[in-house]
Amino acid sequence: MEFKTHVSVKNLNVFYGNEQALKNITVDIPDKKITIIIGPSGCGKTTLLKSFNRLIDSVDGVRVSGKVLVDGEDIFDPKVEVTQVRKKMGLLFQKPYPLPMSIYDNVTYGPKIHRMNNKRELDKIVEHYLKQASLWDEVKDRLHQPASKLSLGQQQRLCLARGLAVEPEIILGDEPTSALDPKSSQRIEQRFLELKKEYTIVIVTHILRQARRLADYVVFLYLGELVEHGAAEDIFENPKREMTKEYIKGIIS
Amino acid sequence: MDRRKIEESMFKGLMLTSTLIIIFSLVLILATVIVKGMPALSGAMITQTPKGGYYLGREGGVLNAIVGSLYLAGGATFLAVFISLPVVLYLNVYAKRGSRLVSFTRFSLDVLWGVPSIVYGAFGFTIMLVFGLRASLLGGIIAVSLLILPIMSRAMDEVVRMVPEELLEASYALGTTRFETALKVVVRQTLPGIVTAILIAFGRGIGDAASVILTAGFTDNITYSLFRPAATLPLAIFFQLGTPFPEVQQRAYAAALILTVVILIISIVSRILTRRFTKHIVK
Amino acid sequence: MHSKRLLKDRVANKFMLLLTIFPGLIVFLIVFGLYQRSRPILAIKPLTELIFSTSWHPLQGEFGLFPFIMGTLWVTAVAVAIAVPLCLLTATYLSEYVHKTVREWTKPFVDLLAGIPSVVYGVWGVLMIVPLIKNLIAPFFGTFSTGYSVLAGGIVLAIMVFPIIIHVSLEVFGSVPYELREASWALGATKWQTVKHVVIRKAMPGVIAAIVLGVSRAFGETMAVLMVVGNVAKVPSSVFDPAYPLPALIANNYGEMLSVPLYDSALLLTSLVLLLVVLFFSIVARVVLIGVERSIQ
Repeated sequence: MEFKTHVSVKNLNVFYGNEQALKNITVDIPDKKITIIIGPSGCGKTTLLKSFNRLIDSVDGVRVSGKVLVDGEDIFDPKVEVTQVRKKMGLLFQKPYPLPMSIYDNVTYGPKIHRMNNKRELDKIVEHYLKQASLWDEVKDRLHQPASKLSLGQQQRLCLARGLAVEPEIILGDEPTSALDPKSSQRIEQRFLELKKEYTIVIVTHILRQARRLADYVVFLYLGELVEHGAAEDIFENPKREMTKEYIKGIIS
Repeated sequence: MDRRKIEESMFKGLMLTSTLIIIFSLVLILATVIVKGMPALSGAMITQTPKGGYYLGREGGVLNAIVGSLYLAGGATFLAVFISLPVVLYLNVYAKRGSRLVSFTRFSLDVLWGVPSIVYGAFGFTIMLVFGLRASLLGGIIAVSLLILPIMSRAMDEVVRMVPEELLEASYALGTTRFETALKVVVRQTLPGIVTAILIAFGRGIGDAASVILTAGFTDNITYSLFRPAATLPLAIFFQLGTPFPEVQQRAYAAALILTVVILIISIVSRILTRRFTKHIVK
Repeated sequence: MHSKRLLKDRVANKFMLLLTIFPGLIVFLIVFGLYQRSRPILAIKPLTELIFSTSWHPLQGEFGLFPFIMGTLWVTAVAVAIAVPLCLLTATYLSEYVHKTVREWTKPFVDLLAGIPSVVYGVWGVLMIVPLIKNLIAPFFGTFSTGYSVLAGGIVLAIMVFPIIIHVSLEVFGSVPYELREASWALGATKWQTVKHVVIRKAMPGVIAAIVLGVSRAFGETMAVLMVVGNVAKVPSSVFDPAYPLPALIANNYGEMLSVPLYDSALLLTSLVLLLVVLFFSIVARVVLIGVERSIQ
């Protein structure tokens, strides 16, 4: 399968104090496809994901070596402004974390930070991205109510809209459906399948079935090491490494 | 971009400044007490009671206040333990979860925690009037024990609450009664925390002036009787500071130093105990 | 054998139950007791006169509490005006900006100072703050002051409430989930923007409760303020004037209380008023804090 590379990870090593969370990861993430990072708990999936938007910068005692190139530029270069890197990425957490403000303000938070202040433009943004997250119809009459009043599934879609409103190129998801009921999970998954037409999507999950449903590309991490990566059919039907076979069969979990 | 950066740097500067101001003022207080108190601190201060003319500048020390404070705070602490420990054990071991008595009692303790010490003094005074007591050690003990009761109870409650339900259930499963469980399992597990709570309460009790000013009276002698007035360090400091004689005021500083040192030692010891305690908790 | 253990258990049960009633009982007794003792004066003078009259002449049976109420309000207001901005800035800094180790050492230090007795603060106030006001601050503002003033009381009081406001605020900041900050950073916000728009906003109810707790502590604080505030029974007209807060009134007159008719009743009424105000504030604060805790669950 031919694909363009959006994010290129080269020899990435991440240390938390004395513990090495990621060991020499080199992998290319394809453009406008859904890449799923799988692996057992604690193997570094979240660390890898959070190194894409440099959220790991804030952890005490973190050391990073190697490069992560987005559109050819190393985001870890000291000259790079980290807020600009983050603008290119949207992140969905495991549990929805709506900001302590109204639904409207949640969506406009990002654009306002990046200096968009025109009210009419903001209104348009709110409507557009809430529609993209498939939440508009449910909230259009109560945009100024606190976001905390929404159900968990709605909150997660709000977080999706919020993330999309800064017009990123890449959407990151850290087990984005694990706190949701099946129906809400399904809606989020459908959104991802729609959104991959315009965005590169990277999702961490430990639910193999979800991976099978969504993945175009798969990255398998085990204990901080990159075990295998490739097109989804190749990994699921014909895994080359023993460990991959065992994980997919559910022996290691 | 510039305006935001300016705002950010300005606030960062303000925050750092205010942190420094707060730390500085607290350090300054300790430093002043030490610097002013050290010169006047002498063996006589600790070992003698005020002799004739003490308040005019002659000989003596604050032994009356030291002993009085120890007796008073000690008695009050003992009384408070006698009530706090059973109440806390009841709330956490005996009572059913979510019972109204439990929440009402905890709420009452919260309320009592906020009552100013002068009000405890006033209430103590009221009780003394009712029972015909005069200003005395006993009056002081009553007022101070009321003052420190909520403090001790809250501190004890916080540690005893942390004992996991499963530990209690494991004990019941072996056939022990609630009483035995309370004593042998809970108290044993939380003993350092309980001791810390007692220390904290003692420290609070020994340093308080407002509650004893109305109830314990003052005297230049060491009190051995519950029904006679008793001297306390806080009041000794207060009275000595209030005289117009510099030599006597110096002694106030020394007494303040003694009191502060006692309380700091108690605080530090209890903090160390808490740290050691939380290391070994069964979670 | 078995029944002896059961008996012990049952006896202990009853005994502890009895003692558990104590706290609630004490609250009731305090309010009731003080009220009972206040009745003599309430029977003679209407409450409005007691509260609003400025004439305080106990020997002539005049018990106007207005100067004292104003004294308390002035001193508390100054203390709050000083303490709130300083504590908020400091708590934010300690929670969001400093390295974990710095915080781990500063927190216990601040808490330690919560244990220093009121008299010691008073001694320090007399040594440092009173001369400072008399020799530096008042002349700087073009007025004269003996130093024993509302300002002195306010400054000392502010320092005394620093620990409680900071301690509770730090706890509230700590309860804001880390991921909430990450969510804001992930959108490209800077640390300060996150602190300003997300963290402080989320922590606001708890921080307000911390302030209310501090205020209620300030209201009831007696010794330190008494030693530096001048104790003159007049309504202050500036922060450089002396004042006579309610707690100081009660503490200072323990001697004369029983010898002048109705004096004890007036003072106990004062205690009751003080108690009720402080109770009101601390209950409100507690309720808010419990709500904050619950919303995290």
